[in-house]
Order: sequence, then C-alpha cells, then structure tokens
Amino acid sequence: MSLATSTIAQLRQRLTAGEITPRDIVQDIAKAIESRNGELGAYLSFDTETALKEADAADKSLPLGGIPIGIKDNMNVTGQPCTCASKILAENYTAPYDAGAIQKLRQGGALPFGRLNMDEFAMGSSTENSALGITRNPCDASRVPGGSSGGSAAAVAGDIAIAALGSDTGGSIRQPAALCGCVGLKPTYGRVSRFGLVAFASSLDQIGPITKTVEDAALLLNHLCGKDGRDSTSLDVEVPDFTAGIGKDIKGLRVGLPKEYFIDGTHAGVSAAVDAAIKKLESLGAIIEQISLPHTELGVATYYVLAPAEASANLARFDGVRYGHRSSSATDLMEHYLKSRSEGFGPEVKRRILLGTYMLSSGYYDAYYLRAQKARTLIRNDFTEAFSKVDVIISPTSPAPAHKLGELKDNPLAAYLEDVFTIPVNLAGLPGISVPCGDVEVDGVKLPVGLQIIGKPLDEVTVLRAAHAYEQAR
Amino acid sequence: MPAADIDIQKVAKLSRLSLTTEEAAHYEKQLNGVLAYIDTLTAHDLGDVEPTAHAMPVFDVLRVDEERPGFTQEQCLSNAPKRAGDQFQIPKVIE
Repeated sequence: MSLATSTIAQLRQRLTAGEITPRDIVQDIAKAIESRNGELGAYLSFDTETALKEADAADKSLPLGGIPIGIKDNMNVTGQPCTCASKILAENYTAPYDAGAIQKLRQGGALPFGRLNMDEFAMGSSTENSALGITRNPCDASRVPGGSSGGSAAAVAGDIAIAALGSDTGGSIRQPAALCGCVGLKPTYGRVSRFGLVAFASSLDQIGPITKTVEDAALLLNHLCGKDGRDSTSLDVEVPDFTAGIGKDIKGLRVGLPKEYFIDGTHAGVSAAVDAAIKKLESLGAIIEQISLPHTELGVATYYVLAPAEASANLARFDGVRYGHRSSSATDLMEHYLKSRSEGFGPEVKRRILLGTYMLSSGYYDAYYLRAQKARTLIRNDFTEAFSKVDVIISPTSPAPAHKLGELKDNPLAAYLEDVFTIPVNLAGLPGISVPCGDVEVDGVKLPVGLQIIGKPLDEVTVLRAAHAYEQAR
Repeated sequence: MPAADIDIQKVAKLSRLSLTTEEAAHYEKQLNGVLAYIDTLTAHDLGDVEPTAHAMPVFDVLRVDEERPGFTQEQCLSNAPKRAGDQFQIPKVIE
C-alpha cells in the first residue's frame, strides 16, 4: 500500500524501525499526486526533486524527521512559489525566505512538500475563489472541499498528503477538514508565528495542522508553536507537549452545548451526527451542560467588518512595485496602481477590499470598525463567562455538508453565513478543532460531518484530549 | 449608522481598483446587501463597551536595539517586476 495513506505516527514508527526511508515516503506521495491530483486539484505545484534532496538529508532522530508536510500556498518556503491562489502572485514570485512556522517545522525534521490550493488570499469557504484552479471534495468530486484551506483538506483526506498546514481566519482550517472528513486544528491566536504567512486579517489569522488523526494534529502542533520576534502578536508562553492528553480519558470533563449553536437552519443530518457525538461523549464520562453564548448572532456581522477592513489595509502592499503582477500598459503611477491591482486580484478579493476600504474611509470608522471591535468584546466575554462553567464547548463545525460546485456562486452573503459556528472562535482567539463525527447521505453519497471542540485560551491539550477520546470511541 | 449606500466609484479609487460600469453596478448591489446585513450590529447598544483589537492582548512589544541579520539587497530585489541595477524601477512620479 502507498505510504501516502499513512499517518505521521505510523511513518515515525516505520522510519525508526528502519523499514522505510524518507525518500520512500516522498516518492510514494509524488506517485499519489500524479495519479490523483488531476481529479482533486488539491496541489497547485510540487517540487519532487527538492523534496527528495531534503529527504536524503533528513535527520531521522528528530520527532518529525523525514516526514513531508503539504503547505497551503500562502506560506513562504524558500525557493518555492507562494501564489495565494491569485494571479497577482502567480506569474513571478519565488519566496526568498522561510515563514516562521516553516522554520519550526524544519527544526522538527519535517520537509515542506507541495503547494496546496486555497481561496484567493484565503477569502472564501469553498476554494472556488482560487484563480488558479478548482479543487474537488475527495468524497464527491461534484462538491467543494470547503475552504479556504480546501487544497490542504482535500489532499489529506484524499491520501495524497500525509498531513498539511492550513491557515484559519474565520474557520478556514476547521470547515474544510469537516467537509472532507479529516482533522483540522486552529491554535490559540498567538501560538504560531504569522511571520511569512501572507496576511489576510492580522488580528484573526492563525496557522494550524490538517491531519488524518487527532494524534497527528498534536504531533504536528508540537513543531509549529513558539515566540517569534518577527510577529509582535506571537505569545511568549510555554509550549507544552500537545500529545500530553492523547490517550487519557474524559471522565468528569465538563462539556458545554451553547444553545445558540443548535438552531434551525442546521442540516438535519448534521444535527443528528452531532447529537450522536454528544451521547458518545456522555457515555465516556463527560458531563454535558447547556450553556449560552448570547452574542453569537453578532459574530458573522462583526467578522465581515473586521476581516475586510484588515484585508483592505494588508492587501495595499500589492502595488506592482516590489513584487507581484505589474500591468504592462500603465503610463503613469496612478494608472500603474489601478491596472496592476485590477488585473491581478479576483472578484472576491476585490469585493472585500472595496468593503473594507469603505468601512475604514473617512466618517465611517466609528460606525463600522469601532462598533465591530466593541461587539468583539461582547463575544469574547461570552466565552470567558462560559469557560468559568465548562472545560470545552462543542458544536457542529459547519451547519451543512459540502455543497455542489457553483451552488453559492454570486451569493456572497449566503456563503459568508456558512462560517457561523467557526467565526466566533477566531474573534475570541480560542483554540478549536474539527474532528470527523459521522456522515450524512445526500443524493446517495455519504458526506462527512465535523464536530467542533472549542477550548480555553492556550488549552489545546484539553481540546486534543477530548477530540482523541471521541475519535477512538466512535 | 450611515445609510448603506455606497459610492462605489469613490471607494474603488480609494482602493486603487478600476471598475467597469458593469462591475461597479454588480459590486454596488452585492455590497449594499452585505452592509444591510452588517447593520444588525446597530440593533445592539454598544456605547460603553471597550473595543477589542486583539483577542490575546499584548502591549508594547520591544526588542533589544542591536544589530541583527535581515534580508539582503538581492533577496529584496529578487521578485521585482522591473529593476534597474540595485533599484526597483517604477513609472515616472514627478513631471
């Protein structure tokens, strides 16, 4: 069987036993990509030659020694493209440095291998906003993989990657993991350096692992975190061993069910799968408690002020001067900016830049941005209050299973509402995981459902413990 | 709260984006829809609430003021769409 179907934990064991080499793994993944990426469209590019060189030089004594990890195409890896699935970076950008998270990965012995598709600049929940190609859900090729880290989730679930990195601004790791049937973890804001991650909304963005198992998510997270002086929001806190809770029971764990997250409008099959998961957690000894997060209804509106506002400022750097697309037909400086940006950015990115610019423009700041920051306080306080009573909070990751390609095209608001359960977690900066919790049959095809487990700030260990106990019992 | 009637061409210019008439009409309609939804924020009294800029607040992050390695000139120029020697080349700015 191809090594591409393996988990990190399995490969580590076989590498240590001397049964396989890092070269074998890279070769098997390259073969798997060649046979299945045409259908899935998960990878935008991959450089087998470099990966084989790095595999031969890998230090197998390191915890992730010789393990290839797929990278979402918005993180800089020296010598590789970093397109953000945008035409503005696709033609002529080669990363001149490693992102902070990539440096950590390398210190753990892992090899970054392959560039994974995404919604352009991570703006979207279906990967349909990629300017560079369609990614399909491995469970049903007529459906989206979710997004924005859709390439990462499709590659892992489709067994053409061992594990991958994604980034999560409003659900972009957890939601595609849920829709493809794999595990996705967004760490606490500040855990992982954002240096070298192309910025979307800086107060929300966070890098995290997308993996086949909860244990793999913990193993990978162990080599992503830590203070980085080049990201002033990265936290100077102790990095625990995230595998510490793996295999421990959850007797007496207090699990909160927010009543605002169990609402009409959630797909019946999703509700049924999550209800079954709640019963399973209870049977494992968890104490289930009803809680309230009363400002949940403000989440999506708050997010769609803060994220576009921050994006409009961040994406001002794409000016065609230092890197990225430059229009060949401009005659003066203003035209140079207008044409370079208009030719380079796709429709969703333009939509959000326009929205953000409007909300930050003179006279509107207090009405939108300041107001949203205040609403953010209320949402964060809701969680603080809830976590005085419970250890973790659970919900569906997404209100619906994967939709058909093109189904929500040109209805941005409907697409934005898909993130209703994941967005508040980013606004509050909390860690959250999506773990597979069964499936729902739609049109004769079984589509995966994800269970979201949210933890206290910096308490990824408990989140992973609960997720692992559930995953093993399911 | 302002009326959610966006002057799309003005915003486009501030955004350094040029839109065709059709694009402008299309975006104007969509953005007004999104802004109408965002107006749900006005239903809540947020007057005295402290704003949150970052969920995990860290303040006054300082580093020691000492020499440290940075990007080389070649690294910085390596992706320049157009360069002249060791400089980025851009269209004429001053007449």
